[in-house]
Amino acid sequence: MRMTDDRTEMLPGEGDLARDHLLPQLVAHLREHRAKLREQWASRIRDAHLLEAMTPQEMAAETTSVYDNYVEVLETGSVEALQHYARDLSERIIPRGVETHEVVGIVLLLRDVLARSLFEKYEGDFGLLNEVLDAYEPAANRIANTVAVSFVDEHERVIRQQQDAIKELSTPVLPVRERLLILPIIGVLDSERARQLTEQLLNGIRTHRAKVVVIDITGAPDVDQTVANHLVQTVDASRLMGASVIITGLSPTIAQTLVTIGVDLSKMNTIGDLQGGLEEAERLLGYRVTRTEVTDGS
Amino acid sequence: MNSGPALVSILRQGDTLVASVHTALDDSQMVRFQEDLVRQIGEYRARGVIIDVAALDVIDSFASRTFRALAEMARLRGAVTVIVGIQPDVAMAMVRLGMGMGGVATALDLEEGLGYLSELTGMPNARSGRPHP
Repeated sequence: MRMTDDRTEMLPGEGDLARDHLLPQLVAHLREHRAKLREQWASRIRDAHLLEAMTPQEMAAETTSVYDNYVEVLETGSVEALQHYARDLSERIIPRGVETHEVVGIVLLLRDVLARSLFEKYEGDFGLLNEVLDAYEPAANRIANTVAVSFVDEHERVIRQQQDAIKELSTPVLPVRERLLILPIIGVLDSERARQLTEQLLNGIRTHRAKVVVIDITGAPDVDQTVANHLVQTVDASRLMGASVIITGLSPTIAQTLVTIGVDLSKMNTIGDLQGGLEEAERLLGYRVTRTEVTDGS
Repeated sequence: MNSGPALVSILRQGDTLVASVHTALDDSQMVRFQEDLVRQIGEYRARGVIIDVAALDVIDSFASRTFRALAEMARLRGAVTVIVGIQPDVAMAMVRLGMGMGGVATALDLEEGLGYLSELTGMPNARSGRPHP
């Protein structure tokens, strides 16, 4: 069973007492000197060259809100409020190009600035200072920890989202005519993308009942051994499903690379450019394309 | 040793034999299928054989070797073999494991296979009637 009071996570015995008694006092102190401490913090951020992507106004607004939230979380100690605060901070800050080390850096700086001010306040009474720090440190560390973790989580979420978007965009299988598909490959092919591309192509062959597929690699900057082998596999797999493959757009560099690294492409049907590939495909399928206008007057 | 009911139905359609493999066959059933088919090619004087593997979600190396062997035997008995209905996943797995169908013709499905055979043998519709070799 979890108690409603999050403070049960803190040190037992005297720690509890110290915390119950000292934390409000501490928070009051931080609230009272808000303007001064915030300014100290901001100047230390500047000294450390953090958050340079922000304008001074943005930084002032951001530091104020971070400061207030920090003190509030310190006061209530609620994990939920803390997580909410950290997520909110990440969401606001990531789109501005702020790096992980900066976020962790500013939170740690704030922790240090506040700790220094506590040293100053209690410098006459070492025993009391100890107790205050006992109350302050675990809470402050927990904030830093949670902020860092949630920032990384948010980062990963954004990356996953972008990867999904790229996946959807990257491998279109386009029907051009009945039983003829085009697969334009644009951008760098890694093995994950190549695998996905093959999968989509084979499913496309079944859905569109394709007999001929033109794979155009004009847009692929480079082809290495792995990708070349994958292309060969794709061609073989398509043939197993009854479709023949024409590869077009092999650049001079790629042609040289392939021959140099010794990939066996003898079974592959390659044609210089996409236009030639389409003409060949039409010939295989028995299409003849003619202009509608009668040009010679007969 | 291969007694009991045959697991692959071999249907006759004009000069073509259509064998649909409905379920994964173990090695002895595979051999039984091979024997049945090669025998029936002679019995019905078939010129074309279609092996439909659309229901299979795995084709292992023994199966693909048997299909290749079957195609070669059929050729020796005077019939062309087409394998139809290989599923996308199966095709990818076969290629990745380096076991293609060799020189055996493949087609998308039964209809395509029949079309291929009729083109090859010069028959208008792969129906009865002597083909022109």
